[in-house]
Formats: sequence, structure tokens, C-alpha cells
Amino acid sequence: MEIYVLLKQVPATDSQIRIADDGVSIRTDDLRLVINPYDEFAIEEALQLKAIHEGTVTVISVGTDKTQEAIRSALAMGADKGIQIEDPALAGCDALTTAKVIAATLQPLSFDLVIAGHRAVDDDNFQVGPAVAEYLDIPHIPFVIQETVADGKITCHRTIDGGTIVLESSLPALLTTQRGLNEPRLPSLPGIMKAKSKPLEVKGLADIGLDAETLGEPLTRILSLNLPPERKAGRIIEGESPEEKAVALVEALHGEARVI
Amino acid sequence: MSNGVIAIAEQADGVFRKVSYEALSEGKRIADALGQELTAVVLGSGIEALSASLASYGADRILVADNDALSEYVTDTYTHVLGEILAKEQPAVVITGASTQGKDLSARLSARLGASLAMDVVSIRVEDQNLVATRPMYGGKILADTLLLGSPQMVVIRPNAMTRTESAGAGVIERITTDVGERQLSFVEKKLETGKVELTEADVIVSGGRGMGGDDYAVVEALAEALGGAVGASRSAVDEGWRPASDQVGQTGKVVSPNLYVACGISGAIQHLAGMGTSKFIVAINRDPDAPIFSKADYGIVGNLFDIVPLVTEEVKKLKG
Ligand SMILES: Cc1cc2nc3c(=O)[nH]c(=O)nc-3n(C[C@H](O)[C@H](O)[C@H](O)COP(=O)(O)OP(=O)(O)OC[C@H]3O[C@@H](n4cnc5c(N)ncnc54)[C@H](O)[C@@H]3O)c2cc1C
Ligand SMILES: Nc1ncnc2c1ncn2[C@@H]1O[C@H](COP(=O)(O)O)[C@@H](O)[C@H]1O
Repeated sequence: MEIYVLLKQVPATDSQIRIADDGVSIRTDDLRLVINPYDEFAIEEALQLKAIHEGTVTVISVGTDKTQEAIRSALAMGADKGIQIEDPALAGCDALTTAKVIAATLQPLSFDLVIAGHRAVDDDNFQVGPAVAEYLDIPHIPFVIQETVADGKITCHRTIDGGTIVLESSLPALLTTQRGLNEPRLPSLPGIMKAKSKPLEVKGLADIGLDAETLGEPLTRILSLNLPPERKAGRIIEGESPEEKAVALVEALHGEARVI
Repeated sequence: MSNGVIAIAEQADGVFRKVSYEALSEGKRIADALGQELTAVVLGSGIEALSASLASYGADRILVADNDALSEYVTDTYTHVLGEILAKEQPAVVITGASTQGKDLSARLSARLGASLAMDVVSIRVEDQNLVATRPMYGGKILADTLLLGSPQMVVIRPNAMTRTESAGAGVIERITTDVGERQLSFVEKKLETGKVELTEADVIVSGGRGMGGDDYAVVEALAEALGGAVGASRSAVDEGWRPASDQVGQTGKVVSPNLYVACGISGAIQHLAGMGTSKFIVAINRDPDAPIFSKADYGIVGNLFDIVPLVTEEVKKLKG
């Protein structure tokens, strides 16, 4: 199986996010960058599929040269190849532009499966996976927690609000991952060593047959970033006994806060 | 010329999601601001009578695609039908709810239509005939004001973030008879966790974390039931296998904003706070007085949750009694 994993490098989830002076981007100094957690599920699933069906796992990432660290980590987990797309024209591009770039990269290649995260935990767009599938004109299944490939088809369990459904799709297809799919492995020491010599191709827009003009201006533009209103610490409910505290809490919730 | 606001109302098994009413109400507000009509669109099977009820949320027209092949949400059929409707209607704005279905459908539609999209929006304003959507990024650590350009402009609104307002609309029903397109996906089966309140739509959530010490969530469940709410969990509790992944609240779980969030035995890690920090009211019950959760909670109780929570449940029952 030829499997492609879409990988985005994002700030670690325990990061404090600070707004840059321009007011529309975030400060990146001191920011620890990691593989988007949902993309780790994607890499792991691809590796497990490769273990059954053989083939190649290739990681694609659109980003700056910093992104190479994330690609190398994926290679250290066991992916075979990396493709990094970088172009000055892509600075500040939106989800649909990213998706067009990824689709243009995949178009000439032969693949059975593309795996993306259901969202990147920086922009939280939930958009790139389905959009790539649309541009490639292949089916996609979102929020997958279990899959099996057999007889040229893939069967997926996906989460919906309040339950799960099972869907079947022809291949090639694109999946987006959901928590519960697997437990991503950590890169092993030999894996890290091997990763250094695995192929990592760097491409610009021209290499994938695109240019800034064809891509056009992004359709969404961030006007400003703001911190949400800071929550202030409230009141500790005091009392001599658990009973007193419970009574005082319910009174406060009813009388003062009026939420019950 | 693009014109009008289209609100896609999501129904499952003959019931509209709460967020569908929020989408219509907000759609009506935008339509009024633009001086345009509000049109509701409903897809499903056996849904015509249900759809008529949307007139009381300001819909001037209600487009109903009633088809056996649409009884279950499958991305390709739904995208095909909506793609046809939107291509014909040429709306200026499309609004829908950020349920798992709404997120998936809108993402694929945005690419098909070349439409700007803002996901998981918490407020919307109109500026020079364009929409500016406020939406959380970085798991809620940042709020971004995003300008949408082109047409249509799609806004996918976060459940529980906007108000539901009734207003009379003409509600003229039009039947849509478009085919469902070529199918590459087939529906096999659906398993519902029966009787569960969907976390993102719950008014009250009682969550248990590692402090639960095991998979016995009876005390938390009892309080949730007394308050008419849902049960959530921290990632630690999910990792321990005490609760299903669908219960996880946080940056890599569900982002919720109920009226009341009760955190029991949860320390308040930044990833957890990112998922519930916009709750209108937060209560923390934790035996460690220095737990970070207390710095975000409106009310805190320091103590053993197994002592406190059942007593709180009793008091709530007395009050509601
Ligand atoms: C990439 C990544 C993503 C993450 N995403 C999420 C996410 O989406 N959601 C999330 O929740 N976490 C997430 N985390 C994990 C997060 O960092 C914390 O580890 C987790 O939230 C802690 O869960 P907890 O509060 O239940 O457990 P702990 O931090 O162990 O806290 C348990 C608390 O219970 C209290 N306690 C113990 N016993 C009792 C008792 N009997 N009565 C009262 N109080 C008691 C303790 O004082 C303590 O404060 C993520 C981490 C990473 C690295
Ligand atoms: N710059 C990128 N490079 C490669 N893949 C990406 C990029 N941005 C998003 N993706 C993929 O799309 C998924 C959803 O991202 P988003 O739509 O931005 O929330 C991510 O989990 C990745 O798999």
C-alpha cells in the first residue's frame, strides 16, 4: 500500500500562547513545536497498515524549514520518506490554500490511502483533510477510530455525536483520525539514527505545478488575535463539615449564580 | 448576484439538534443585518412535517430534501445534494452548527464551492457586507477575529455559544428532488450510546478526573442526573480506561461551554482548561487546596469528592424536589 500522511507542526499543547506585536500572529520564540497530536495517530496507523500490507509511508508537510524537525520525528517513528513544501508565497495561507497545495503534491503520485488529523490543534480548522479529498476527487471518512483494509476497500468506525457509525469506502480514500484510533509509538533510538539518512525532499510551488497567482488570495484573513477574558479565581466555599460546604455550594449556585 | 442567508438545519432520527436552532436564530440576525431572506435547508428521510417547525425561527423558505438515501448522514451524498442546492441558490452566507456532522460537511462543501469558512465560531458581526467571525484557536487559548471574503461565506457555529431566538417567518416549504449523486461511501451500521446527553450541547456537565480513582463514576453520574446534565472526564480518566474517549473534555477532546461545569478530582491542566474555560460557571471539588483548577473556578470546595459530591446531589434534589 502506498500511504501518505499529512503532518503539521504545531505548538505543544502545554504552551502558553502569546500574541505577537503585529496582533495577527503568535510569538514563536521559546515555543516548543511538536507533531500535531492527531497526526501522530495518522503516522501510527499508517505504520500499522504497512506492517500488514507492506508498501511505503510518506509524510507530507507544508511549512517552513522548522517543519523538518517534525518530519524527521515521523521518519524516526518509522515512516519511509518525507516531503516538505515550502514557499514564500505560502506565508499566512488559509486552510483551503494548504489543501490545494497538498492535493497538487499528491495528484501525480499513485496512492491508496491518505491519512490526516481531523484538526490541527493550532488553527483548529477541521478543514484540510476533507478539502484535500475534495480536490483529489476521492472519498473521505472523518473522525476514524478503527479501520480495516481488505479487498481494495476500507471499512471504518467513526465517531458521531452520541455514538459511532461504520462506513465502507472504495480506495483510494482519505481518513482523518480521532482519539482512540491507536497509541502512537515513540521513536526508538535506532529509529532516530536511521531517520537521519531517510529521503526528505523539499519542494516549492513551482515543483508541484503551482504559482501564487493560480492559488489566489486567501479567502479568510485574521484581523486580530485576542486573549479570551481571563477567568478570575472565585470563592472557596468554607464550612465546618462536608455537609455545611455542600449546603453552602448549592445555596450559592441557586441564589447567587442562579445556574440551578 | 449572491443573495440570502442559508441555514443548514441538522436533524438526526427526526429531531433537530439544539445547535440547528442556534444557527437559524443567528442566520436570521445576519439576514436582517444584510437586508436579505433566511432560507432553511433540511436533509433526511421522512422529515417534511418536522421541517415546517423551522418557520418559527424566522425562515422565509424551507428547502426540504426528503429522500430515503439521505436517512443517514454520509459525507458524499449530503455534500452532493447541498452542493447542488447552494450552486443554484447562490447564497451570500451559509450558516450551520459545528456538530461533528456540521464540521465534516462544511469542510468538504467549502472546497467544492471555493467558499471561505470559519469553523467553531462563537460570535459573528457584519462589516461592509462581509462577515467577521470570532473563533477560538489554539484550543481556546486565543480568540481570532477572522474576515471572510468571497461568496458564499460559511460560518459553522459552536454549540451553546449563541442564543436561540424565536421569530415568525413565512416558512414556505419547497421540495428538493435532486439525486444523491455517485456514491463511493456506503453506510454499514450505527451504534448510539442511548440516553446520553451530547457533551457539547449539555447545559450542565459534571466531570470526573484521576481523582475518581477508578471506573466507578456513580457519584458523578448521580449529580449529573440530578442537575439534568452530562458526564465528562479528563484525559487521565480516559487514558486509564475509566471513561470512553467521547467523554474527554479538553484541547484534544471536546470543547464545551455549558452553563455549569463541575470538575471533580481534576487538577486543571492547561489542556483541560482549554476545553472548558468558556463555561459560564465553573465549580471545582478537589482535595488539594493548591490545585490550579481553583484559580479558574467561580466556586471551589476543598475536600474529598466522595464525601462532598453525594451531599451536593442530595441538596440539589431537595431544591428541585
Ligand atoms: C498532547 C496532550 C494533549 C492533552 N489533552 C488533554 C485534554 O484534551 N483533556 C485533558 O483533560 N487533559 C489533556 N492532557 C493531559 C493533561 O496534561 C493532564 O495530564 C490531565 O488533564 C490531568 O487529568 P486529571 O486532572 O484528571 O489528573 P491529575 O492531574 O492527576 O489530577 C487529579 C486531581 O484529583 C485530585 N484528587 C485526587 N483524589 C481526590 C479525591 N478523593 N477527592 C478530591 N480530589 C481528589 C488531586 O488533588 C488532583 O488535583 C493532554 C496532554 C497532552 C500532552
Ligand atoms: N501545513 C500542513 N501540512 C501538512 N498537513 C497539514 C497542514 N495543515 C493541516 N494539515 C493536515 O490537516 C489536518 C487538519 O488540519 P486543520 O484543517 O488545519 O485543522 C491536520 O491534522 C494535518 O493532517
